[in-house]
Amino acid sequence: MIDNLFILPFTLGMITLFVILFIKYGLWISRLSKIDKLRIVQSLFSRRTLAAISESFMEGLIHRKMFRRHGLLGYMHMSLAFGWFLLIVFGHIEVFVQTGSFSTYPWIPIFFNYFNHDSFPGERIMANVMDFLLLFVLSGVLLAYFKRINSKVFGIKKTTKLKPGDRFAMASLWCIFPLRLFAESATAALYGNGGFLTNTVALCFQWVTPEVETGLWWAYSISLGIFFVCMPFSRYMHILTEILFIFLRHYGIKLKKQFNSYSRIQVYSCSRCGVCIDVCQMHIANISNNQSVYILKNMRDHDLTARKLYNCMLCGRCESACPVGINLNDLRISQRIKASKEYNSDYAFLQTLPCEPVVEDKKPEVIYFAGCMTHMTPGIKKSVVQVLEKAGVNYQFMDKEKGACCGRPLMLAGQYQAAQKLIEFNREKIIESGATTLLVSCPICYKVFRDDYELGQITIKHHSEYFLELVEQGKISLKKSDKSIVYHDPCELGRGCGVYIPPRTLLSKTGTVLSTEQEKVTSLCCSGSLGDLSLSMADRNIIKAETLKVLLKQNPDVLATACPLCKKTFVKGVDIQVKDIAEIIVDAME
Amino acid sequence: MRNFGFSTTKSRTIDYEKIDNRLIRYVLENEPTFNACLSCGSCTAICSAGNLTSFNIRRLSLQIRLGELEHAHEELDKCMLCGKCLLECPRGINTRNVIMLMKKGLYLIESESKEKNDR
Repeated sequence: MIDNLFILPFTLGMITLFVILFIKYGLWISRLSKIDKLRIVQSLFSRRTLAAISESFMEGLIHRKMFRRHGLLGYMHMSLAFGWFLLIVFGHIEVFVQTGSFSTYPWIPIFFNYFNHDSFPGERIMANVMDFLLLFVLSGVLLAYFKRINSKVFGIKKTTKLKPGDRFAMASLWCIFPLRLFAESATAALYGNGGFLTNTVALCFQWVTPEVETGLWWAYSISLGIFFVCMPFSRYMHILTEILFIFLRHYGIKLKKQFNSYSRIQVYSCSRCGVCIDVCQMHIANISNNQSVYILKNMRDHDLTARKLYNCMLCGRCESACPVGINLNDLRISQRIKASKEYNSDYAFLQTLPCEPVVEDKKPEVIYFAGCMTHMTPGIKKSVVQVLEKAGVNYQFMDKEKGACCGRPLMLAGQYQAAQKLIEFNREKIIESGATTLLVSCPICYKVFRDDYELGQITIKHHSEYFLELVEQGKISLKKSDKSIVYHDPCELGRGCGVYIPPRTLLSKTGTVLSTEQEKVTSLCCSGSLGDLSLSMADRNIIKAETLKVLLKQNPDVLATACPLCKKTFVKGVDIQVKDIAEIIVDAME
Repeated sequence: MRNFGFSTTKSRTIDYEKIDNRLIRYVLENEPTFNACLSCGSCTAICSAGNLTSFNIRRLSLQIRLGELEHAHEELDKCMLCGKCLLECPRGINTRNVIMLMKKGLYLIESESKEKNDR
């Protein structure tokens, strides 16, 4: 039963949307790997589903993470998402109150005021509730207009540069609720069936004729229809994809190295909110076209250039700030893997490499892997060895004379198959040694050992963690000095592996650790990163200078770090002492 | 030609007009900092792969500049991309990108000539 033709744009738009979504989701889910599908089936009726529902509610509707970032920004997102959701829910309740049944045509709750002019029990309350919700959404729309004029009020320095398609979809979204207000007010002016808001606005609509009223409802319906059709092709696809993503994440599906269906779901979950733009340090060097939001857009449209793909430090600041929780670093790496898969090396020479025989009769307890970067900073290597000797640890120095790279730099460059060769080679050596602990002094190595080596029972420790253990076991004792220390979190150790506390605890035993404005999760990158292949040295120095400004604000005596690459990068830019944790420990050892 | 029992070595004269500059051109287009290389050999001195094999970035870069691509593929496959050279380079050259571009450029050249042969 079609009462009026104006419902057609809305209805057709909604049907189009559902058909496209059905096809897209069907394809995505059917292309997941068999194991991932099994994961979904197994966890469908478990607590994980409840957790996913709760997260969908908290993030998809309430936008909790946005609130944490900035109150007003959070309110804007919440009023639009949660407000609209409530409008739909209460629209149906309103129909239920009137007819006593939920079964009705889908357009009735949307255009309720147009179709129903009679009063029914509870009508006043429902009209006022609906008006309140409309006001709630409209406040968000007004804030959204304002955000485009002045985003600084929302705690955002730079907003996303939108493409015409997105602008068109956004314009239709911006029209929906004001048009609804006008349409309902016009009806209220004619039939007096509005609530506190629409009846008030109706005072200005006393002149309307039924033709104008129907025209306004047409406009409302058309804006809804346009928005629905635009949705799958614009950034608003994120609204529904994000929920799918949250569920799949809760079901234990993880991003693979190769770009697959789950990666695509993540790409489509990006709302282009632009939170990743402000946190990106590339702006300091005037590079503003390769932030994650733009890369994901390029990935979606298949027009990512090599220049953009490789010009990123992979520091992970955007990933930890992303309110949707997209694995931005690994997504980027998966694109690099795809781009460079034709020319991977097989490192045939590793087979002919003379293996150093294990001389020690008894198995070492610890195997120490210094890595390329530690060999570049002999001070760190020497200090680690000194601490191990002092503590009387039974250790073996794996790459003392000759050693292969850990594979992480290759991984960062997307040379996945090549990295696997090095991983196989090193893994065999580590397991052969019979050690129970693998000690590393470079966070870059640490990351790949933890993520990709599958070392089984062998525990992997960064030297800051291991030395703290030695101190706690009383194997080494430290003397506290009155020096003030600022600790710089290396990207791969902090955001990469979540090690924030042990280095600080250890340092606090040797001096006073000062905290800085941006530390731990929000720590800045030193700019030396191996993640970036094409960033020029001049740009690196500009970024480094800004990082140092933050770190040295309180004039510490020592700038401490736990990464040889960070140390090497900082040393060339400051007058004060830059030391690795290992070196500080050696100085403080009694 | 009559065989006199001895041979002559082929001329090693390099004609700059005729050298195969496809690879070096590709690298320089995409990583202009490589222009600044003065072949000091710092990269080669600290190279991790050079410690394990005969890999020599300095020699490789000179050869590629002269268009001698014969051993380039085999040599490039020894680099582990660890980035020590990047830290050592006094000219601030993005050495890792240079290597990646050489690999890609060589792959493009090789697949191009393969296509020609197939035809």
